[in-house]
Amino acid sequence: MAAFIASLLTLGATRTALVIGSLVAATSGAVGVFVVLRGQSFSGHALGDIGTTGAAAAYLGGISPLYGFIGVGVLGGLGIETLGERARERDVATGIVLSLMLGIGALLLYFMTQRPNPGSGPVAILFGSIFTVDPGVTGPVALFSVLVLLLLAVLYRPLVFTTVNPQVARAAGVPTTAVSLLFMLAIAVAVEESALVAGALLSTALLIGPASAAVRWTRHVGEAVALSVLLGLLAVVLGVALAYQSYAWPPLDRGWPVSFFIVMIVLLEYLLSRIGRRTRQEPATRQVP
Amino acid sequence: MHLLHVLFPSGLFTADFMVNAWIAGSAVAVLSASVGFFVVLRGASFAAHAIPRASFAGAAGAVLAGGDTLVGLAVFSGLSALGIASLSSRRHESQTTALVLTAALGLGALFLSLGNAYAPEVYALLFGQIVGISRPDVVGILLLLALALLATAILYRPLLYASVAPDVAEAKGVPRRRMDILFLLLVALAATAAVPVVGALLSFSLMVGPAAAGSYFGRGPAQSLGIGVVIGLLSVWLSLVFAYDTGMPVGFFVAAVTAVFYGLGRLWSRLSEGENAARVSP
Repeated sequence: MAAFIASLLTLGATRTALVIGSLVAATSGAVGVFVVLRGQSFSGHALGDIGTTGAAAAYLGGISPLYGFIGVGVLGGLGIETLGERARERDVATGIVLSLMLGIGALLLYFMTQRPNPGSGPVAILFGSIFTVDPGVTGPVALFSVLVLLLLAVLYRPLVFTTVNPQVARAAGVPTTAVSLLFMLAIAVAVEESALVAGALLSTALLIGPASAAVRWTRHVGEAVALSVLLGLLAVVLGVALAYQSYAWPPLDRGWPVSFFIVMIVLLEYLLSRIGRRTRQEPATRQVP
Repeated sequence: MHLLHVLFPSGLFTADFMVNAWIAGSAVAVLSASVGFFVVLRGASFAAHAIPRASFAGAAGAVLAGGDTLVGLAVFSGLSALGIASLSSRRHESQTTALVLTAALGLGALFLSLGNAYAPEVYALLFGQIVGISRPDVVGILLLLALALLATAILYRPLLYASVAPDVAEAKGVPRRRMDILFLLLVALAATAAVPVVGALLSFSLMVGPAAAGSYFGRGPAQSLGIGVVIGLLSVWLSLVFAYDTGMPVGFFVAAVTAVFYGLGRLWSRLSEGENAARVSP
């Protein structure tokens, strides 16, 4: 076992994958608890796709996809936040923003594939792989993670208050609109950095999965955040280890996709939390809507 | 005259693949807008996005197993609809939708990687390709349309009731749970038909955009549904013309045109609200 772990860490690509995967898993896990409690899963997922369009534009323009992801993701988050006021209107507005951005993304990818040497750029942006990520983005990703976690720490109390009971929070003088807007900013940056390094698919899985399981298993929001971060880290580390192992598995010699493993571990965590819930009494975090 | 030739070049209505595209596209427009009416009413855009997207994994699986794409799409969209329905109580619906979607996409990533699919095929499934619709596809899509219209006609009243006032409907004996499942299966049916034409990523544009615009323009459910269908047809027809003229992916035009109709709908409702307000308060 120790030898296996040592061999994992000596391989450059695997080490980068573990470091960067842990960063995004921890950030998404912490933000995800509030996304789940506030019922913002659709926005959280949509931002990953919207950022992909930004990344495609950045790729065509010859600048780093990082800025495409973050820039367009933040704009998209603010757009979703301001377009819909009532719940149903917000749902449809999110859908339309997402649909339009996916359409533009389709066009940009079409332009990419029309180029003489499309290479693997389009596929990398669409599916992203934590193993092929450029080690140079570790610095910016770490910086963004710290910023998101700081923002979350500052927002923590008013955010819990606003999430549990928006009317009372507003009456008590909490600037709920500003809190929601700032939290949307935190979601956008957390989702976009994980979409950049792991693809839009994993960004949704890491944002929603560990958090949904943690919310079912714990009694307080703080505990849920801690457990969610741990579950996210567990999924990434196990997933990377399994993907590393799978190079020896049939029918391929090039390994099974790491996103497959991470998604399945996240799903397993969630399903286990549902079984666990049935055998227990009332988990308290469910009192938070 | 010249502009007409540019907009409607020869072959637009006569080329074999275009005839297939016109028939299949129109069928998909009617089907998506009808199901979309309920999507908008129930605020279920996420499910309408997730189910066609998840069905992409089925297509990748069909490519891998050497089976029929439409069957793969049907199986995966049906399974994901049932997965969302069985995992969600009302409170947890949006995160279970996200989890079912990511699980399906994870499988899709595995199938793609195992099958080593040729990239253009993947793009066509994701973003739609009008030249790719075969005659058997058209027949399959028309059958799905007939099935879905029949189901919508039977379910129209109870589903409308359960969507607008679920508590009252339940008290009057419309089973909420069964309506949830049937609704998601309807979305799966629409997704199976739409994905081969407009692609897995943009099928939901056709479900959400025209129906949402219709709900702004129409007064009352039947009128909203009807206007939604008309807008859906117009969107698909315009998109087919543009896609044929430019060679660009049809999904882009569908997304853009439906977003424009949605914007017009919002504008219209704002203007007429102002008008009504003026009328009410003289």
